[in-house]
Amino acid sequence: MNILVCLKQILDPEIPAREFRIDPTKREAERGAANLVTNIFCENALETALQFRERTGESTITVLCFGAATAEDVLRKALAMKADNAALVINDGNPHPDPLTVAIVLSAAIKKLGSFDLIMVGREAGDWGAGQTAGLLAEELKLPCVSFVDRIETSNGKLHLKRQTDTGWEILETETPLVVSVTNDEHNVPRIPKVRDVMMSFRQPLTQWTLEELGINAEEARVGNSYYEVVELGIPQKESSCEFVAGDTLDEKVETLAKRIAAVTASL
Amino acid sequence: MNDVAICVFASGTFDKATQGLAGAGRRLANEFGGQLKAIVLGANSQLLSTELVKLTDDVVVIPQNDYEPETSLDALTQVCRKLAPRAVLFGNDTYSQEVTPRLAHRLGGSAVGDVTEFHVQGDALRVSRQVYGGKAEAVIELKRSPAVIWSRARSFAPADPLTTPGQITTAEIEDHDIRHTRIIERKREAQGELRLEEARVIVSGGRGIGGPEPFEAELKPLAELMGAQLAASRAACDAGWVPPTWQVGQTGKKVTPDLYLAIAITGASQHMAGISEAKNIAAINTDPDAPIFKHCRFGIVEDYRKVVPLLREKLEAMQNSQT
Repeated sequence: MNILVCLKQILDPEIPAREFRIDPTKREAERGAANLVTNIFCENALETALQFRERTGESTITVLCFGAATAEDVLRKALAMKADNAALVINDGNPHPDPLTVAIVLSAAIKKLGSFDLIMVGREAGDWGAGQTAGLLAEELKLPCVSFVDRIETSNGKLHLKRQTDTGWEILETETPLVVSVTNDEHNVPRIPKVRDVMMSFRQPLTQWTLEELGINAEEARVGNSYYEVVELGIPQKESSCEFVAGDTLDEKVETLAKRIAAVTASL
Repeated sequence: MNDVAICVFASGTFDKATQGLAGAGRRLANEFGGQLKAIVLGANSQLLSTELVKLTDDVVVIPQNDYEPETSLDALTQVCRKLAPRAVLFGNDTYSQEVTPRLAHRLGGSAVGDVTEFHVQGDALRVSRQVYGGKAEAVIELKRSPAVIWSRARSFAPADPLTTPGQITTAEIEDHDIRHTRIIERKREAQGELRLEEARVIVSGGRGIGGPEPFEAELKPLAELMGAQLAASRAACDAGWVPPTWQVGQTGKKVTPDLYLAIAITGASQHMAGISEAKNIAAINTDPDAPIFKHCRFGIVEDYRKVVPLLREKLEAMQNSQT
């Protein structure tokens, strides 16, 4: 199977809230000392693809990224994790284009890269968390789509996709080609690449395209807000007014705690 | 058109999320000066339609047996094209999240998810949502019409009943040649009948719980006593202590209980993103500087192993003295 995995580079979502700053005029987060990392759900998608290749053999995995020049790191890491090919579309416009712009750019790049049986993306990104790439990409490519997948198997020439739901899980039987969004579970924790493979990855070829080279409306993609636009960004102020339950002994404290709980739940 | 349509899947019940969705839909319809319609997908939807028609001007039923990604999307697209609403609102269940962006694309509109508030400014529709794992909040203006939105429906005030209810009609859906993705197996792992998003009281455990056994031996009896649902942080789910369906946070469920009792949960912003609409948060944690306490109404700085058994005793005594 020919598999394509889309990857996004984001500001490290693990930075603590007290170090998190925004630029309200640019309406984006300030990088500060934070690292740029691969979005975790994108790595879950890549890991799911790698495991699928290991189980079934004979699959080729291509990774694709639309981002700033720094996003080359994300693709090199994916190559070190043993993806076969990598392509980067350089974003020299709006650093946070709207979801439709992303889908238009990715679908043009995918068509240019060839034909794929399975296109995989993370369920959402740890920065803006729109969670729309899979759905919009499927519509741009006129393909079916299944969300929140955590495992992919083959059965009689069809795919069996296990996906998480509100209340448990479902298995869907599908044919290829299609788009899936991948969520995390205990089985698709991304592997750590070997040092040797990291070194090797820097010698592997990496395709780079400008927006013009995709044959899309590059100016519109650079503006990137014809679908929606962020008009305000702020940090919500949380006042700390926690009542630490008082008491001289543990017993007294827990007594107060029980009363507070009862007061809140009794009014239900 | 200035109408607003709310969409619900008949697998659900007439729960607080559906009522909140109707409330948000009515408010938005009033601001646009249009009517409120409801679209119910599912052949077995009589109960839900009968309740919804008391709150909406019209209910359109899509007579499909069960949700299936491609055929349900096609049917919803057909109905929305006929109704031509200004906005289409969904709740925050799996199917709603899956459908939203694709429906927007087919209708030539704009989608946005995980919405906590709506603002109408002239002709424009703006929404609030959390970003950066709950560390920041953005206001987003949707540029195309219709706006297709999924929201934390339960946090909205329910709709008032109408004096003259609307009508229930069944939509005629044209059969299109669609490549199916067939659901061949469904498995429920939920506790009881209630979705975590619907729970009024939640007892949740984090990494500090230390393993699967205390969830069973300590937290479960406490939850039963409080009439609460059990939940967990990402760390506890990733460790395999409890099923992934229990996970609350940015990458798990977004819940809106009246009381969220966080036990041995530090309160990383990733987790807080899932409970920002909870009415009351309380915590049991050994670390007085744990970020969770910044969001708490009340809390106790102690080891949960000491607190929980005693708390069960106290709550039980209080319940017994009432009866």
